[in-house]
Amino acid sequence: MARVLVDVMLKPEILDPQGQAVQRALPRMGFDTVLNVRQGKRFELELDDADPATLEATAAAMAEKLLANTVIEDFKVTVLSAGADDPETAGAA
Amino acid sequence: MPARIGVVTFPGTLDDQQALRAAAAVGAEPVKLWHRDKDLHQVDAVVLPGGFSYGDYLRAGAIARFSPVMDTIIDAARGGLPVLGICNGFQVLCEAHLLEGAMIRNGDLHFINRDVTLRIENTRTAWTSDYEPGAEAVIPIKNVDGRFVADERTLDALEAEGRVLARYVSDDNQHGVGNNQHSVGNPNGSLRDIAGICNAAGNVVGLMPHPEYAIDDLTGPYPGPGTDGLPFFTSILKSLVSA
Repeated sequence: MARVLVDVMLKPEILDPQGQAVQRALPRMGFDTVLNVRQGKRFELELDDADPATLEATAAAMAEKLLANTVIEDFKVTVLSAGADDPETAGAA
Repeated sequence: MPARIGVVTFPGTLDDQQALRAAAAVGAEPVKLWHRDKDLHQVDAVVLPGGFSYGDYLRAGAIARFSPVMDTIIDAARGGLPVLGICNGFQVLCEAHLLEGAMIRNGDLHFINRDVTLRIENTRTAWTSDYEPGAEAVIPIKNVDGRFVADERTLDALEAEGRVLARYVSDDNQHGVGNNQHSVGNPNGSLRDIAGICNAAGNVVGLMPHPEYAIDDLTGPYPGPGTDGLPFFTSILKSLVSA
């Protein structure tokens, strides 16, 4: 089993009203160093595949087809562990 | 035999009954289509109604776009079948890449439910031919992911090709609707005030506001006009009858 992360973010040129709302809220709580907030999605996939090359390609295909809308979003695939026994340890690495 | 207008029900669809009712109101035969059934049952046109298909999980319309019925509709739309996507249906058409752009969260993050004034800019499509060019129409909007976005090049192309179907009438424009009690202006931050677009052939139309909720004076926008959405349905009926 392997763990793969897919991070999906709105493209920089797409306005992010949710991120802006968070950005406005944080200073009200005293976090006055906040310059910018962008909100995205993170998918943690567990795949029955130990080959890092195909893992990455498979996850990218999933992102391209379903996980991201590439009209407005970019995605990044990170292979955390290919065949590791303990996903938590691998995830923290 | 009357023209058959199919209305798709996905899990989480809300407005299928209203779309069926609008089809019947203009004399078409309303046909219920089910998301898991690939068969379109010989319909002459399809409405993808509003709602929250599949809970809007992931992105509005993203999962509905891969339902079995959509496989057939996408092929048929590319072959010329008239398709009207309303609200969530518009989102499904964008996710299916039958229409450009995408819908993101409203600018103020609120769910907006009110009547808006639209200007119908393209009256050459199968769904808008019964409007006068430039006609204004009062039609309800009700959504939270209604902000139309696309890159500048796509927006320029939509405008150049006359594929902006309808725009929200902006506050600073004169508008001639009723007694001016309806809200005007762009409710959600949609780029270039775009409320609806069509594909190059004009058979596929996406619209954020809900014409099926403005088809009679009893239930349409108050204090009226209550029937400004009706031409979407009379237009398609005429285009099917004359086809």
